[in-house]
Amino acid sequence: MAGRAEFSLQGRQAFYFALLLAPPLLWLGIVYLGSLLTLLLQSFYAIDEFTARIVPEFTLATYRQLLTQPAHIDIIVRTLLMAVAVTLTAAVIAFPVALYMARYAGPRTKALFYVGVMLPMWTSYLVKVYAWRLILARQGIASWGFEHLGLMGALDQALAVPVVGGPSLASSYIGMFIVFVYMWLPFMILPLAAALERVPASLLQASADLGARPGQTFRNVVLPLALPGLAAGSIFTFSLTLGDYIIPSVVGAPGYFIGMMVYQQQGTAGNLPLAAAFSVVPIVLIGLYLMLAKRLGAFDAL
Amino acid sequence: MTPAIELRATRRAFGSVVALDSVSLTIAPGEFFALLGPSGSGKTTCLRLIAGFDQPDSGAILLDGADVTNTPPFARNVNTVFQDYALFPHMTVAENVAYGLRVRGIARAERARQAGDMLDLVRLGEFGARRPHQLSGGQRQRVALARALINRPQVLLLDEPLGALDLKLREEMQVELKGLQQRLGITFVFVTHDQGEALSMADRVAVFSQGRIEQLDTPRELYNRPQTAFVASFVGSANVVERAAAQKLTGQDRAFAIRPELIDLLAAGEPAADGYVQCAGEIVDVLYHGASSRLRVQVDERTTLAVARSESAGGGVQGFTTGSRVRLAWRPGHAVPLRD
Repeated sequence: MAGRAEFSLQGRQAFYFALLLAPPLLWLGIVYLGSLLTLLLQSFYAIDEFTARIVPEFTLATYRQLLTQPAHIDIIVRTLLMAVAVTLTAAVIAFPVALYMARYAGPRTKALFYVGVMLPMWTSYLVKVYAWRLILARQGIASWGFEHLGLMGALDQALAVPVVGGPSLASSYIGMFIVFVYMWLPFMILPLAAALERVPASLLQASADLGARPGQTFRNVVLPLALPGLAAGSIFTFSLTLGDYIIPSVVGAPGYFIGMMVYQQQGTAGNLPLAAAFSVVPIVLIGLYLMLAKRLGAFDAL
Repeated sequence: MTPAIELRATRRAFGSVVALDSVSLTIAPGEFFALLGPSGSGKTTCLRLIAGFDQPDSGAILLDGADVTNTPPFARNVNTVFQDYALFPHMTVAENVAYGLRVRGIARAERARQAGDMLDLVRLGEFGARRPHQLSGGQRQRVALARALINRPQVLLLDEPLGALDLKLREEMQVELKGLQQRLGITFVFVTHDQGEALSMADRVAVFSQGRIEQLDTPRELYNRPQTAFVASFVGSANVVERAAAQKLTGQDRAFAIRPELIDLLAAGEPAADGYVQCAGEIVDVLYHGASSRLRVQVDERTTLAVARSESAGGGVQGFTTGSRVRLAWRPGHAVPLRD
């Protein structure tokens, strides 16, 4: 009872409390959730084909349009596959880096690694994307490098693969994939390193002490305890890839992605309901992903 | 008989700090052995070297006669109960206990059976399905014990096993640990900074100070025959009388230790028993502890002796107040000469 009394707020105190809480609540409630709800609402309207005006009546026509047109399904599948590929690759690359940062690096090396991971994020996103287009271009640094390493054949072979290949790295899904992984890698490394740093050294010693070889300790102790960090990181890489429209429009093959579709529908096409419906897709996909992660026990160690 | 554990001139330094300075030690099979010392004395480093979490800079470590100096922890037949218990938070209690079997590829059913037996042994049979965070400190400690014992190690290492428990639980666990060790007959090596714990549980105690073993003896010998000033004050909270003061008091040019309960407290004029060493002093303070009282008496400007006085035996401390002049006396044989 004594504990509860401390938290019960009365009179003046309650007033100040409300005063302090109001701005963040307003921000979260109106600016954030409010606009999201309006967006959701828009997706249940439809556009009048003839006048191109939005009819503010509840209808599922827009969702029907979204889910029945093969071109739209293509866009969703394409974006989803890219997001999955980017997330898996980022996780595989980030894990050893994060493990080294968290467990093996000395204080100086660790600081250096943190700066190294975050430094690219301090540069403009657009500059990096356009730089990558130059790097990956037909006569860019990448192909120059392949040529001098005598690997031009391998590059040509990769680009000859149907669907993911193309005339150059800069205009293929392979190139787009590389840029996505590069862009979102820090968002995977940082939460992973944070999760790994929280694993007490004594747990690893206990595992070794009980007879586990290093590989077994990794599988049975390190990996399960890093899962929350892996989940957090993958939510970043997954959702950032699902929603991005700049990278697919600057680098890669001409196929559309969800973000580009949203951009186009709300802009030039003026079909706000369809744009809204498209932007609901990543929300649903991430929701499903989170449910799956929870089902698999990713948050058990929290 | 081959010793269960042998350390040969083992040295380990961290930068310029020498944690363990050429320590040699043998522990017999089935022994309950304590590494006692204040923090930073090298006792935990010693335990970590035996477990294999750390390697010595020089010297050798043998387990059951085999040199394991460079053997990784997972290949040593030694298990550890960690100070923070180090239970895996993402596993149930039963999974924690069965972990040692799981990494050895024992089948699931067999693992569950043995883990159940082990949990019964530490009286936690019904807690197998819980998570470690749902248990109390004492229960967690017993899970850590069961987990470390499931591989039937030759040697069980315990790092401050009772440090995190409250007094009552600590006393219970002392009895339980001792009983468990006798039933299983395996070698227990435990690290502690609590001299009471070391004296009550161990067969032999190595007292560490500044990376060296000050004295290695049975609890009784350590308490009654401390060899150095450090052991005398750390283990028995005995009075240590420096050489100069000793010469004045006894005429012998050697430091000695005398335990507070072996000093007689006499009023200023009261005669001492025949042949007793005597001296005069002034009471600095009096502390009442219930069953006994503890006084400090200043006998010269640099020496203050603690005197314990049992309430039941020698009467109380009425009449002895701070500032009053008293006489102290003890049998010469009770003063233990110390090494320099």
